[in-house]
Amino acid sequence: MTRSAIRLGAGAGYSGDRIEPAVELVERGDIEYLVFECLAERTIALAQQARRRDPEAGFDPLLDSRMRAVLGAAVARGVRIVTNMGAANPVAAAERTATVARELGLGKVLLAAVCGDDVLAHVLEGDYRFEETGTAVRDLAGRIVSANAYLGVGPICDALGTQAHVVITGRAADPALFLAPLVHEFGWAMDDWAALGQGTVVGHLLECAGQITGGYFADPGVKHVPGLARLGFPIGEVEANGDLVVTKVAGSGGCVSAATCKEQLLYEIHDPAKYFQPDVVADFSKVRIEEIGPDRVRVVGGTGAAPTGMLKVSVGYVDSYVGEGQISYAGTGAVARGRLALEVVRERLRITGVRMSESRFDLIGVDALHGARDRRGAAEPYEVRLRVSGRADSMHEAARIGNEVETLYTNGPAGGGGVSKHAREVVAVQSVLVPAGAVTPSVRIVEARS
Amino acid sequence: MKLRELAHSRAGDKGDTSNLSLIAYHDRHYEHLRRHATAAAVRAHLGDLVRGDVVRHELPTLGAFNFVITHALGGGVTRSLAIDAHGKSLSSALLELEIPDPDDGAAPMR
Repeated sequence: MTRSAIRLGAGAGYSGDRIEPAVELVERGDIEYLVFECLAERTIALAQQARRRDPEAGFDPLLDSRMRAVLGAAVARGVRIVTNMGAANPVAAAERTATVARELGLGKVLLAAVCGDDVLAHVLEGDYRFEETGTAVRDLAGRIVSANAYLGVGPICDALGTQAHVVITGRAADPALFLAPLVHEFGWAMDDWAALGQGTVVGHLLECAGQITGGYFADPGVKHVPGLARLGFPIGEVEANGDLVVTKVAGSGGCVSAATCKEQLLYEIHDPAKYFQPDVVADFSKVRIEEIGPDRVRVVGGTGAAPTGMLKVSVGYVDSYVGEGQISYAGTGAVARGRLALEVVRERLRITGVRMSESRFDLIGVDALHGARDRRGAAEPYEVRLRVSGRADSMHEAARIGNEVETLYTNGPAGGGGVSKHAREVVAVQSVLVPAGAVTPSVRIVEARS
Repeated sequence: MKLRELAHSRAGDKGDTSNLSLIAYHDRHYEHLRRHATAAAVRAHLGDLVRGDVVRHELPTLGAFNFVITHALGGGVTRSLAIDAHGKSLSSALLELEIPDPDDGAAPMR
């Protein structure tokens, strides 16, 4: 039953990502697995709060939409789905997916929920300190809302060992969502550090979806990317030895090049020779990247060493509350009036006794009010801020406008930052390391029949 | 010339630490970049945008570097008051660094 190669598609690079590229992958990507990585560091803390308010909640808000869009085609074609859209409640996510399967009349569909990443009780009992600040977790006890361990491939492989069409996890190492199908299909030993290291390269490259197919890469004049508005998401063709070719659906937008692969390989890593994962310390330092055809890039040479035996745990806690206000000035003297306004606000906050532990006073933007004006030979502004606004009939519709700006993060031109969409409670996240033995993952099967 | 003419970059964040890749468009410029885009030069260039240290990792097989910068993100994306809380635009700041011309008629990837 061992295959000589498999094709994995990446259907999302974050929770709010575009959906139709995933549909394109299932229908035209000739893939065996479709992976959705949707769980940012803080997302799970917010999801735990949601679950506390409603025991049936706490999973990805787009789960229903995504499953409705891809599940029928995936089941029909035998494409298995692996995702961390379970967030704080993988079982409820599996049950919701079962409901979708029934409503779509897909016959018998099996969903596997991977549980056990919630280690809040253990962390509160233990003597843990945050990695970055050294603060004792216990000192924040009353404000802590979640503690979730980054699970490795073990329980995901267990779930793939069943007949489940869909595997839904909570917190798991992002690359593990891709590494697990490789271990499952190729029977890699869990001490084959070279294979697990190269498999981590596969996962790391694919997990941000569009960020390797030309999303978040374009820079007019130096880095051209065609078709950004209908960016294709990546496919990884992986051989039994872990050798990888990154590609995408023919005719989709974007591009796969050595340069796009290099940017993604180094994304969010520190020492390239030591990328700490639950199952391996991956070594990216000897990776070789070669263009072998149009939108086809070969990536080999990842390796690794034994893991540390400690699992990273993200601890979410209510840190503070942030308030924000913005106002604009235009025309001659606008900057001077803006600076004066900053000073007035600064003084008012002091006079009225607003207590702040930290504050920022910034002047942003250059041409948001009246378009680009003749600046009489002045140098180009150093920064610009894009703004899109629109009127809609419902909150749901209005939210879609901002979301289409937000998806520029992983799908648009390079270096965009700072999308703002308003006063909010701040749930912060810090990390502790917990012995792997303190975490006990398990798998629950949910069956849908229709 | 600016770094931007010879190399490209992407920023990543983990907690309060930022990493900035620097990837040569052409392998022949790797040595030139290695000489001029040092950790010290990058630290000085970023100035008070970041508070911590800069460590540079070298990846000669990829013609690339990875700069890891601590205390760079106002406490990290979950706490920062900055408009770009991830520090994603720091990649663009890095590429503004002025370095000498490599004198080989280098044309950026166009």
